[in-house]
Amino acid sequence: MLRKRIIPCLLLKDRGLVKTVKFKDPKYVGDPINAIRIFNEKEVDELILLDIEASLLKREPNYELIAEVAGECFMPICYGGGIKTLAHADRLFALGVEKISINAAALADLSIIREIANKYGSQSVVGSIDCKKSFWGGYTVYAASGSVDTKRSPVEWAQALEGAGVGEIFLNSIDRDGTQRGFDTALIESVVKSVHVPVIACGGAGAVNDLTDLFEQTSVSAVAAGSLFVFHGKHRAVLISYPTINIASSK
Amino acid sequence: MIVVVDYGVGNIASVLNMLKRVGAKAIASNSRSDIESAEKLILPGVGAFDAGMQTLRKSGLVDVLTEQVVEKRKPVMGICLGSQMLGMRSEEGTEPGLGWVDMDIVRFEAREHRKIPHMGWNEIVAAQEHPILDGLTGLDNPSRFYFVHSYYMSPRDESNILLSANYDQLFTAAVVKDNVFGFQFHPEKSHKFGMQLFKNFVELI
Repeated sequence: MLRKRIIPCLLLKDRGLVKTVKFKDPKYVGDPINAIRIFNEKEVDELILLDIEASLLKREPNYELIAEVAGECFMPICYGGGIKTLAHADRLFALGVEKISINAAALADLSIIREIANKYGSQSVVGSIDCKKSFWGGYTVYAASGSVDTKRSPVEWAQALEGAGVGEIFLNSIDRDGTQRGFDTALIESVVKSVHVPVIACGGAGAVNDLTDLFEQTSVSAVAAGSLFVFHGKHRAVLISYPTINIASSK
Repeated sequence: MIVVVDYGVGNIASVLNMLKRVGAKAIASNSRSDIESAEKLILPGVGAFDAGMQTLRKSGLVDVLTEQVVEKRKPVMGICLGSQMLGMRSEEGTEPGLGWVDMDIVRFEAREHRKIPHMGWNEIVAAQEHPILDGLTGLDNPSRFYFVHSYYMSPRDESNILLSANYDQLFTAAVVKDNVFGFQFHPEKSHKFGMQLFKNFVELI
């Protein structure tokens, strides 16, 4: 049977890998090429690489670095950050990236999703959603790396992205990011239930149990995590690891 | 030399990367003379069936490919959409396929609890013994490959089924007909399993 996917999510800033807490305080954790070589040796299911400042600084993806990364990856890789036009997507796919993740550009204009999906297929476009719990208890979608509340509901936005043609939803909990407190199961289940495409949940994984629990409690297709795979121990020493568990994508 | 047919659709960089890793001499090309002088061919492809077939036809390479594959019997490996294009037709569109393997391409029907596309790592089951599967079958831990697709190959003749996989139903994951091979998954993105498959293809006589 199809396996549930476990995906290291790596954050790029300048040319270094960083890890954030609640989308803030990026801490340098190492060289991206070195880290990707290690993840490659560990035969990870897939990799997500996000440039966390490209959109904020209004610059394009760092194609040179992405080419180097893609050349090291013998597994699927999804890149996100700074993709605004079909021409940007063209360059990324030519470098050997399988999927591209769109966040800010879709919030500005959903038609970018349709354009890319028409040319490369839905499976190549991932719709990324950053969510935060509001003071009143509901969730809203945030833009600009968690700094601007769009007031949209995650469920409605996920459905809009699916309607526009994404093949997958990458769902981030800003509140849980880097905290290793466990996943926000309620948020994840609400989105998984509302769309037909696979959902990747990210934010809060602190132990391997968190991954297995989430797979048991929700029908999410994949989990992504950062801290869990790059930090070790309570002092958060940098040490790359990847669990060897095999969970069938059952009913 | 192996020629990866560069007709403008598909993840050619990843395929070349993997071929380089297994030590094969390979180039991406859309030139007739390169295809004529190739020892083996790889037909990549992603996206929709009709778009893929139309682009391949526009490239003007269908004649030379058919000549090399059907008449000269050069080994050819179709990957993902490239494997589906080896068939007769697809439920995804109206364009005829290359017709080198007698099969239709059909859609995974909607079922409750089954997400479409079938995306991720799945284990393969050998439907027959074949040198291209050396080191990949009969292991304690079954080989797994990365899949992304909503349609699958349905050969009319069961002897063309090379590999199966299970996604709430058994479906054909790879086909073989003499010198023609089609893999629904992405061996170029499947770690050591994909490397082994490319190595076997390179060493195939």
